[in-house]
Amino acid sequence: MALFDTILVANRGEIACRVIESARAMGVRSVAVYSDADAGARHVALADEAVHIGGAAPSESYLRTEAILAAAAATGAQAIHPGYGFLSENPDFVEAVEAAGLVFIGPSAKAIRAMGLKDAAKALMEEAGVPVVPGYHGADQSDDVLSKAADEIGYPVLIKAVAGGGGKGMRLVERAADFAEALESARGEARTAFGNPDVLVEKFVEKPRHIEVQVFGDGTRAVHLFERDCSLQRRHQKVIEEAPAPGMTVEMRAAMGQAAVRAAEAIGYKGAGTVEFIVDGSDGLRPDGFWFMEMNTRLQVEHPVTEAITGVDLVEWQLRVAAGEPLPVAQEDLTITGHAFEARLYAEDVPAGFLPATGRLAHLAFPAGARSDTGVRSGDVISPHYDPMIAKIITHGATRDIALKRLGQALRETQVAGTVTNLAFLGALAGHAGFAAGDVDTGLIGRDLDALAAAPEPTAPAMAWAALVALGLDGAPAPLDGFVMWAPLGRDVVLRRGDADLTCRVVTRSGRSHLVTLPDGIVVEALYDAAGWTLDGDTAPAHHVEGHKVTVFDGYGQAFERIDPLDRVAEAAAGGNLIEAPMPGLVKVMRAEAGQSVSAGDRLAVLEAMKMEHSLTAPRDGVVAEVLVSEGSQVEAGAPLIRLEDE
Amino acid sequence: MKLISQAIATSEDFRSNRENHLAALELVREAAEAAAAGGGQKSRDRHVSRGKMLPRDRVAALLDPGSPFLEMGATAAHGMYDGAAPGGGIITGIGRVQGQDCMIVCNDATVKGGTYYPVTVKKHLRAQEVAEENHLPCIYLVDSGGANLPNQDEVFPDRDHFGRIFYNQANMSAKGIPQIAVVMGSCTAGGAYVPAMSDVTIIVKEQGTIFLAGPPLVKAATGEVVSAEDLGGGDVHTRLSGVADYLAEDDAHALSLARRAVAGLNRQRPQTVRWESPEDPAYDPEEIIGVVPADLRTPYDIREVIARVVDGSRFDEFKPRFGETLVTGFAHVMGCPVGIVANNGVLFSEAAQKGAHFVELCSQRNIPLVFLQNITGFMVGRKYENEGIARHGAKLVTAVATTKVPKITMLVGGSFGAGNYGMAGRAYQPRLMWTWPNSRISVMGGEQAAGVLATVKRDGIERTGGSWSAEEEAEFKRPTIEMFERQSHPLYASARLWDDGIIDPRQTRDVLALSLSATLNAPIEETKFGVFRM
Repeated sequence: MALFDTILVANRGEIACRVIESARAMGVRSVAVYSDADAGARHVALADEAVHIGGAAPSESYLRTEAILAAAAATGAQAIHPGYGFLSENPDFVEAVEAAGLVFIGPSAKAIRAMGLKDAAKALMEEAGVPVVPGYHGADQSDDVLSKAADEIGYPVLIKAVAGGGGKGMRLVERAADFAEALESARGEARTAFGNPDVLVEKFVEKPRHIEVQVFGDGTRAVHLFERDCSLQRRHQKVIEEAPAPGMTVEMRAAMGQAAVRAAEAIGYKGAGTVEFIVDGSDGLRPDGFWFMEMNTRLQVEHPVTEAITGVDLVEWQLRVAAGEPLPVAQEDLTITGHAFEARLYAEDVPAGFLPATGRLAHLAFPAGARSDTGVRSGDVISPHYDPMIAKIITHGATRDIALKRLGQALRETQVAGTVTNLAFLGALAGHAGFAAGDVDTGLIGRDLDALAAAPEPTAPAMAWAALVALGLDGAPAPLDGFVMWAPLGRDVVLRRGDADLTCRVVTRSGRSHLVTLPDGIVVEALYDAAGWTLDGDTAPAHHVEGHKVTVFDGYGQAFERIDPLDRVAEAAAGGNLIEAPMPGLVKVMRAEAGQSVSAGDRLAVLEAMKMEHSLTAPRDGVVAEVLVSEGSQVEAGAPLIRLEDE
Repeated sequence: MKLISQAIATSEDFRSNRENHLAALELVREAAEAAAAGGGQKSRDRHVSRGKMLPRDRVAALLDPGSPFLEMGATAAHGMYDGAAPGGGIITGIGRVQGQDCMIVCNDATVKGGTYYPVTVKKHLRAQEVAEENHLPCIYLVDSGGANLPNQDEVFPDRDHFGRIFYNQANMSAKGIPQIAVVMGSCTAGGAYVPAMSDVTIIVKEQGTIFLAGPPLVKAATGEVVSAEDLGGGDVHTRLSGVADYLAEDDAHALSLARRAVAGLNRQRPQTVRWESPEDPAYDPEEIIGVVPADLRTPYDIREVIARVVDGSRFDEFKPRFGETLVTGFAHVMGCPVGIVANNGVLFSEAAQKGAHFVELCSQRNIPLVFLQNITGFMVGRKYENEGIARHGAKLVTAVATTKVPKITMLVGGSFGAGNYGMAGRAYQPRLMWTWPNSRISVMGGEQAAGVLATVKRDGIERTGGSWSAEEEAEFKRPTIEMFERQSHPLYASARLWDDGIIDPRQTRDVLALSLSATLNAPIEETKFGVFRM
């Protein structure tokens, strides 16, 4: 069978862009699909053709099989690439695609089903001789049975959604007393995320490392493309991934690779897949210290690190194998070159507890010398409808040390303005001594969270530069700018950073020379010459300014807001009895009622945002004056939800 | 016609000229910095402790960040009133607000409560005059206790005294020149009319007050006891009396409101001259203080200055071979076309005729005039009187007096006698007039004045048969020479506002460019010359 002329990418964001780019490189036409929210998205612009498939909510667009098939039919696409997430591991979708006479670029519905239910998958793996973690994977989902199973396995245990993935519907339970509550919450999340509340319980491995093996099958034969270490996780969400795994031995790699290939071949796997293992890292890596967790029957978010060390374009392989070609290479042809890291850049407020953020990316730029996979550009919006990922930054180097240093450098040079990001957190991780030493486990982030999540303070030059930018003094001065006859003029500029208002004084000696006195009394000298502005002799950092918002790209992006006296006064005039949505989301529960007396800390509403539930509590004792939104409303950040009576 | 400089920057002359100029500059800098510091640290601290911004900070916050500020009268009242009124207690100058050139008049309440000394009144009126001639919106940052009572006789009654401020406001408003007041402190008695006469008035809450009579005077007059705030505070005036239009939270807010008011003025500069793209001079303006001798008696070629002022050092000299002691010609200063009239020696009849001719040309072409004044006077002696040098000089004076194109005068050396008139001295109403620290201005040189007096005295003595020794004559002349020396100094002149300020000669080009740009806010009227004595 010849390669496809046209494929449809049933996804959005960075992965849709990633697939389209490989398709283009192969001379294959690509068709994008998009929701209302994505009409101007990057993946739409990149594709040769794009089809609108519905509303912003995934259930109205990216999860609509019939709309996607109609788009494929209308555009003459012969195959559908599902990306990851959405319909990528939905066997019904695979069958529908095939029934429509199209090719699904991925494994068979049967293989997905075999791996989709974790308990069944584990049983299958046990039969195939792949080591599995002790656990309960039974169909009886009664509370008693699950709780008893947990007791038998021994605490700590993990509760996981049977249909789950990506950490959703997953709970770590340290002691029996907490089991019931954790079970309830895991089921709720599983129901929301996957429409299936069933869970499994398994042993929680101490000092665990998450190491996964990339496999690739052509339906009969499979090869592995070595391992990735995804141990740097926060609440089971991967943060930085790398390949190969630090401390990996030849024996262990062979054992894990063989187990992974066995797993893939056992289900006649076709395409790219990942076999995840939990590894006991408490005493180095040993060939008998890994257990099968699950198999992800799709291309993984972190696949670029494998591509970086093997030189393989996994999407290209996916297309070729889906078109009927045999595996492009044999196992012995695959080698590891150097080391690679991937960091996931998200719009999230790290110091506030990693709250997902939204906003318009006023400015977005990635450094040269690193691979950046992204689905957004400057000016695009991180909306509340989808995952708030901005990009994946991937670096490669001859050694782990070099690759990690390059990651640190790339993160320092990445520029984002318009929304808060986890860039500083990623940068802190890239500079973490234990991580640098390869001493990783899934608890690393949790142990050092406070230090890692601390917001970096701006340097004196960065703050001085923000003050100058806020005054519009960052450009090339015109001949008469800043002219004064004898005594220079000085102005105060108030910059808000977080909750703090910082007053900086800028004394203009000429258009080419300013002295900036910072709130702590430090004086920074700004001078202009043919090469541009310098601050105390060093080149001024890059920056972005939009309205009153100034972002200086130093210290992972320091955002300031110039406080205009006119705005300040208007602000003071506004009232203070409102409970507002901290972020955009869905009002899932509204407990407040007009006239109700509340105490400080009472839970008045629950906002579901970014697949997480946020409680909104009463800020003080008082009486509810008015409930401004109803349950089920979608609200924007800052939307007033509840008003209290005046004190 | 690019000018070629003969100066050698490494020469001994250049070095010593530079050192002498720098020394003269230092005196002015000290005076200007003392004026800028206002009423002293204690007074400033008290001002700030009340939540008020310092006057220069108010000016800065009003102006567009990074924009130029052409301060006028920076060393006003220097050496006057026993040093009680640094800067005259008021800051004036032309600055940019929302891209619009404006005249800023800002009381310095750290100086005797911002009260008006005679020089304060003169400086305020001069600012208004410049605003009126050049159509610059006026922004008054008011914080003043009104007339300085011990000086009331020199502040209140005359034509160009306190009342003229409000006369000017009314007449400027009538001409469509916006008047905006920001009341940031007291506005008592006559001072109350500054905000009341303005088109738009902003007042700072619990800080600005406006009343005809303050609480003490009210109590004395009627026995009524009332607080300043209840008598004429911001709340009263924006809510009850309507004397003010906007209530501001604090100084910063008030200045933002003033900026917003200017943004809404809907003014446009008239089309007047054809601007070219600005170009730096081929010779560095920094070199001016090296090429110009510090001693006024040393002759030099004024083209050395022109070469360091005009765009590309290009100068289209007019009539270069006729009346050579007056250099005339066309050039551009930061893109603005100008006609330059510059002294290169004593004025002869031909030079005066040429000057009158050139002023006529510029007037016909709507080209602003720049006078580089360095003049000891018209040539004296029988030959010159007999050929009618007064007649020829009158032509130049007539032309300079009656032309309607903007005139900017830069006093770069001496300004003596009738030469001052022909070269657009203060009486000839140049739109702006600036001086260099090395300049001197007086009716004649001190030596000459003393010589004239001594000759009269000697004639008298000798007529009665007496005798007068050379020593006695020298002793007689000394006080006159010293008086002229003191009074002709630019700091003495500028203290009394005989000019708009002393500048650093290296800033000549910048000051001219800003001055020209400011004047071109007003349309150029058609010139009607007086009768030229032919």
